Amino acid sequence: MKSSAAGGATGVEVALPHPSPTRAGRLTRVLDSERALAFMLLGPAVILLGVFIAYPFVMGIWLALSSTSVGNVGEYVGLRNFVKAWNDSIFQTAFRNTFVYTFWATIFKLALGMWLALLLNRHFRLKRIVRASMLLPFIIPTVLSTFAWRWMFDPTFSVLNWTLYQMGLIVTKLPFLSDGTYAMWCAIAINTWRGMPFFAITLLAGLQTISPELHEAAALDGANAWRRFRHVTWPLLKPVTLVVVVFSVIQTFSDFQLIYVLTGGGPANSTHLLATYAYQLGVASGLLGEGAAISLFMFPVLLLVVWLQLRYLRRMEGA
Amino acid sequence: MIERRWKRWLHFYIPLGVFILVTLFPFYWMLITAIRPDEELYRSWRAVNNAPFWTLSPTLDHVRDLLAKTTFPRWLWNTFFIALVSTLISLVCGLFAGYALARLRFPGAGLLGTGIFVTYLVPQTLLFIPLADIIRNFHLGNTPWALILTYPTFLIPFCTWLLMGYFKTIPKELEECARIDGATRFGAMARIIFPIAVPGILSAGIFAFTLSWNEFIYALVFLSSPERKTVPVGVVSELIRGDIYFWGQLMAGALLGSVPVALVYSFFVEYYVTGLTGSVKG
Repeated sequence: MKSSAAGGATGVEVALPHPSPTRAGRLTRVLDSERALAFMLLGPAVILLGVFIAYPFVMGIWLALSSTSVGNVGEYVGLRNFVKAWNDSIFQTAFRNTFVYTFWATIFKLALGMWLALLLNRHFRLKRIVRASMLLPFIIPTVLSTFAWRWMFDPTFSVLNWTLYQMGLIVTKLPFLSDGTYAMWCAIAINTWRGMPFFAITLLAGLQTISPELHEAAALDGANAWRRFRHVTWPLLKPVTLVVVVFSVIQTFSDFQLIYVLTGGGPANSTHLLATYAYQLGVASGLLGEGAAISLFMFPVLLLVVWLQLRYLRRMEGA
Repeated sequence: MIERRWKRWLHFYIPLGVFILVTLFPFYWMLITAIRPDEELYRSWRAVNNAPFWTLSPTLDHVRDLLAKTTFPRWLWNTFFIALVSTLISLVCGLFAGYALARLRFPGAGLLGTGIFVTYLVPQTLLFIPLADIIRNFHLGNTPWALILTYPTFLIPFCTWLLMGYFKTIPKELEECARIDGATRFGAMARIIFPIAVPGILSAGIFAFTLSWNEFIYALVFLSSPERKTVPVGVVSELIRGDIYFWGQLMAGALLGSVPVALVYSFFVEYYVTGLTGSVKG
């Protein structure tokens, strides 16, 4: 990433040391100065990101340190919001849920996505259309597909319960969304369903860069399928995998919509994530300060993940 | 290596079949629910001759109700308009910024590149509460501009990142030739480099469009009147009356709200996949 800046065109300056005076309007001169041009080109992006990311971030810290609520400016209260959240049992559940949700969903997405990528990397009829259709869960708005799942988990009319019952696997309905533990695992399953294609397609792109000759050579040496995966495919796929996992961890850790639609945090606040609980306090109840503080609890984890990612990128460039 | 036939079934066809079934079943279920009459939808699950996997009397009632009795068409238009404009803004910003980071030398380039990359990783849920306050202060609340101006915050970093990678693959000699022929730096960029980058622009654009179509939390927090909402928010907040879920209508809405983005995707699968894999590799 840093090397990008070194891509300047020194050769150009040699070719045209001075703008020719005949067409040397002021604008032309400005546009020819690399520094001024860079300044102008980056301007719009930097302004938008500054106003709608950096400024809200600073403002979020201020809100979290204040007693602001809707219609009430509030005053500085120090860390009171954070301490209050930390001792709040719903927050504790949400905090734990967020880690459990992120951990298991990421593991499942990685394992199943890798498996699917290996399957899709083989030759079979209708390969293109199968590959394209596997991405659908990732394309379709999460809110809309989560509604379909919610309907499939419906307490009275669940098609999944019906199927399991007809197959003789259960005798009474499973409480998919009416029991906290069940509901959490349902959410993890849906998150896996939605995110697995992203893993599969990205890993597939990585797999396609691996020369088949490596596998043939390993097979000639007598390596079985598992050993070929372990010692040929996996080491070459590790860099892509790491990046995909980082992206997925950030998305999953900060997830909101899936839980909002599936359970709304219920039953009895047992399935809240940090983001849904922040919404409930900050927007639904109007306690902006407390909501902002809960959002900010996500920050250290995100910071750690981003830091690892940046360090990794640097190392790749150094190599 | 000749695989025996049963082995190929066990290791390949059956797992792939299960993956396809699980991936696509929810969409089938949306469709079948949307065209099924209410009396079939709400039949006890243990009732005799219950045939849940298909319908004996398909109906378009739910779709008709959705289009005629709710503001659903309006939501579709809002979503489309907001997604399109924010994608265009992000593409222009991303093109310029990506070019500057890939080609120009200036102080602080490395820092800015890192900065843009880091904003790429900032999730919306970290900022939505202060941002809602800012939107209110700017008097943008409940207008499409609240979303058109905030969606670029997660689209620009991605577009910049993707296009920067693309620009680096274009040989510098092309610009140098144009410059020797008397083009300005800006002219060489806009007339020589940007046209070559069209496939990259298309990838970034398709991906950005689907991301804005799917966005939920900003739309939920910044919009309040029913006729201003986007499809995901409208379906969640307006199609459920009280505690009652009208599943036929909900699934019809989910289906119709997914079709435009699925169509865009199906026309540009290759570009989308390039955008997707590029989004993580840069």
